[in-house]
Amino acid sequence: MDFFDRFAVPHPSFLIYASMVGIGLTMIAIVLGITYFKKWGYLWREWITTVDHKRIGIMYLLVALLMLFRGGVDAVMMRYQLSMPDNTFLDSQHYNEVFTTHGIVMILFMAMPFITFFFNYLIPLQIGARDVAFPRLNALSFWLFFMGMGLFNISFIVGGSPDAGWTSYFPLANNEFSPSVGTNYYMIAIQIAGLGTMISGINFITTILKMRAPGMKLMKMPMFTWSAFIANVIVVFAFPVLTVLLALGTMDRLFGTNFFTTDNGGMDMLWANLFWVWGHPEVYILILPAFGLYSEIIATFARRNLYGYKSMVVSMVVISVFSFLVWTHHFFTMGQGAFTNSIFSITTMAIAIPTGVKIFNWLFTLWKGKIIFTTPMLYSMLFIPLFTLGGVTGVMLAMSAADYQYHNTMFLVAHFHNVIIPGVVYAMIAGLTFYWPKMFGFMLNERIGKWTAWLMSVGFVLAFIPMYITGLDGQARRMYTYSESTGFSMLNMVSFIGAGIMAISFALLVYNIYYSIRYASRDIGNDPWDARSLEWATHTPVPEYNFAITPQVASTQAFWDAKKNGHELFKGKIEKIHMPNNSGWPFILGCIFFVFGFAMVFSIWPLAIVTLIGILGCLVYRSFEKDHGRYISVEEIEETEAKLRGAKK
Amino acid sequence: MKELFPVKQVMGFVFSLILTAVALMVYFTDMSFSIGMTILLVTAFIQAGLQLVVFMHAGETNDKNSIYLNVYYGLIIALITIFGTLLILVWDM
Ligand code: HEM
Ligand SMILES: [Cu+2]
Repeated sequence: MDFFDRFAVPHPSFLIYASMVGIGLTMIAIVLGITYFKKWGYLWREWITTVDHKRIGIMYLLVALLMLFRGGVDAVMMRYQLSMPDNTFLDSQHYNEVFTTHGIVMILFMAMPFITFFFNYLIPLQIGARDVAFPRLNALSFWLFFMGMGLFNISFIVGGSPDAGWTSYFPLANNEFSPSVGTNYYMIAIQIAGLGTMISGINFITTILKMRAPGMKLMKMPMFTWSAFIANVIVVFAFPVLTVLLALGTMDRLFGTNFFTTDNGGMDMLWANLFWVWGHPEVYILILPAFGLYSEIIATFARRNLYGYKSMVVSMVVISVFSFLVWTHHFFTMGQGAFTNSIFSITTMAIAIPTGVKIFNWLFTLWKGKIIFTTPMLYSMLFIPLFTLGGVTGVMLAMSAADYQYHNTMFLVAHFHNVIIPGVVYAMIAGLTFYWPKMFGFMLNERIGKWTAWLMSVGFVLAFIPMYITGLDGQARRMYTYSESTGFSMLNMVSFIGAGIMAISFALLVYNIYYSIRYASRDIGNDPWDARSLEWATHTPVPEYNFAITPQVASTQAFWDAKKNGHELFKGKIEKIHMPNNSGWPFILGCIFFVFGFAMVFSIWPLAIVTLIGILGCLVYRSFEKDHGRYISVEEIEETEAKLRGAKK
Repeated sequence: MKELFPVKQVMGFVFSLILTAVALMVYFTDMSFSIGMTILLVTAFIQAGLQLVVFMHAGETNDKNSIYLNVYYGLIIALITIFGTLLILVWDM
C-alpha cells in the first residue's frame, strides 16, 4: 500500500472529500451523458481533432469560464473566512492552499485562456485570413494548455494542493517547508501549460505578420489585432524566463540541486527576481488585449473612428519594452539598495504614462461621439474610472520608500484586483457579449446584461475598496485570521458582502446565457452592432474558411468603409480554398504530456521515462508525416454561401 | 563557376572552426579565470552571430528587417534582465 499512500491528500477536510465525490459524480455523469447521446464520434471528429481556429477558440473559452467558477469559489471561501475575526471555517493550511490556487487559477487558467480565446477567434477574422499560420500547432497549444490545467486542478484531490502562494517564493517552496507534492504540481503543471502559451505566441505573431489581407498594412490593422500582436511579442520574450525558472525550481525540488537554496551557493532571492522578470510582463500580456477589446467596443458604440490610432500603437510598443524594465517594484523590500529601488521606481511610474495616453484616447473618442449604451459599452464606461483608480494606487505603490508601508498588505491586494477586475475581467465579459452573436448567432439579453454589469461593479466596489483602508491600517495579505481587537472586522464583512454580490453577478451571466439560448431572436444578420472591422463582414455563423473571397483593405475600418463609403471589400470570384486537415496528434501528445507530468509530480521515474520516449516518438512521427491539407471546391463554397445568405433573408 | 562556389559559407565554416579552437584553448592552457571567461564569452557571441547570419540565412529574405529587429529586441531584453539582476542581487545588495 506504500505506493498508493503518496496519492492521499495530506491535509484533508470535509470540503475536500465533498469535492472528490462531486468531481467523481460529475465525471461519471458526463461520460454517461456523452455515451447515452452517442456523441463520442461527434466530439472526436468536430472538436478534439479540430484545427479550426474558431473551434479551438471556443474550447479556450469553455476552459476559461470553468476556471472562472473554480477561482470564484476559492475567492468566496477566502472572503467568508475573513468576514469575521477568529473564524474557523478554514484553518491556516487550507487558507494557504486556497489563496495559492485562487491566484494561479485566475491568472494562468482563467485570464490567459480567455485572452487566447479572443486571439484565436478574432485575429484571423480581423485580418481577413483563413486560419492561423500553423493550425495544427495551434491545436497542440490548446491541448498542452488544457492538460496543464487539468493536472493542476487534480492536485487538491490527488496528493494535495500547492500552498506556497501563486508566487511560490523560495525558500518557502523548497522540500523542507513545502513537503507535499503540491508545489511539484505548481512547477510541472504550469510548465506544460506555459509551453502551450509560448507556442501560440509564436503562432499568432507569424499569423499577424504574414497572413494579413491584401492592403492591410501594419498601420491599418484593427486595434485589437495590434494589441494582440504586442501581447504575443511579450509572451515570446517573457515566457522563456518562466520556463527556465520552473525547470530550475523542479530540479531543486526533485533532484536536489541548489539553485534557490539558502546554502551551498544557492540564492533563494533569485526566484523572486526571475519570477517577476516574467510576472510583470505577464500582467501586461493580460491588460493589452483587454485594451484592444475596449478600443473596438468604444469605437463601435461611439460611432467614431478611434481617436489617436498612431499614439495608441506607439504607447503599446513603448509598453512592450517598458514592461521588462520594472520588475523590481514587486520586491522593493527585499534588501537591495536605495539606488536600485529608485531606478525601478522611476521606470514604474514612467509606464503609467503610455497607459494614461490610452485612457485619454478613449475619452477623446467618446467626445462628440454618438454614444450608444449597449452592455459591452456599459462595461467599457465602468472600466475607465475604476481602472484609473487602480492605476493611481499603482503609482502610489511604485514609490519605493512608501512601498515599505504598503507591501504585502491588503492595500496591494486591492490595487491588483482593482486593475485586473475592471481592466481584464470586464473586458473579457464585454468582449464576450460583443462577439457572442458572431459566434453563436444570437445576442445575449441586454437587460440582464446591464444588470450584471451594474451588480458586478457594486460588488467590486464593496469588495475591494475597503481593502485599501484595512491595508493602510496594517492588515497583512495571506493571513488566515485576525483578532477582534484589530478593528478589521467591519470592513472585512463589507468585503464579504461585496464578494457575494459579485458571485451573484456571475450567476446572472450564466442565467443570461441560458435565457438567451431559449428566448433570443435568431434573426440578427451578420452585423447586429453596426460594427467597423472585418470580422463582421463575413457570415454568421462563420463558415470554416472564414471568407469565400479574400477581402481587400484600404483603411483601419474596412468594413465600415464598405458599408458607408462605397469601398469594395470582396473583388474577384470564388476560387477553391486550401484548408488544413484535422488531426488527433495534438490531443494524443497532450495526453502523453499529462501522464508525464503526473509521473514527474509523484517521482514515478519509470513512467516518466516511458512517457518522455512517447513524447519524442510523437515529434519524430510528426516530422515524417506527410499531410498536404485538402481543398474545398468552388461548388461546395458556392453552396455554403448560398445557404448562409438564404438563412438571413 | 564563381557563382556556384559558396565562398561565404566555406569562409564562415573555417572561421567558426577557428573560433571553436580558440575557445578550446581556454581548457587546455593555464590562464586566469577572468581571462578565460572573457575569451569564452567573446567567442561564443561571435559564433552565435556567425551561425545566425551565414548558416541560418538571417539576412537573405524579405523578412530581413523583422528578423534583425527581433534579434535586437531579444538581445536588449536579455541584457536588461542580466544586468538588472546583477544590479539587484550582487552590486547593490
Ligand atoms: C499604472 C500602472 C501600474 C503601476 C504603476 C503598478 C504598480 C505596482 C506595484 C509597485 C506593485 C507591487 C506592490 C507591492 O508588492 O508592494 C504592483 C503589484 C501588482 N500589480 Fe500593478 N501596477 C500597475 C498596473 C497594473 C496592471 C495593469 C495590472 C494587471 C493587469 C497589475 C497587476 C498587478 C499585480 C497582479 C500585482 C501583485 C502581484 C502579487 O504580489 O501577488 N498592475 N503593481
Ligand atoms: Cu508589476
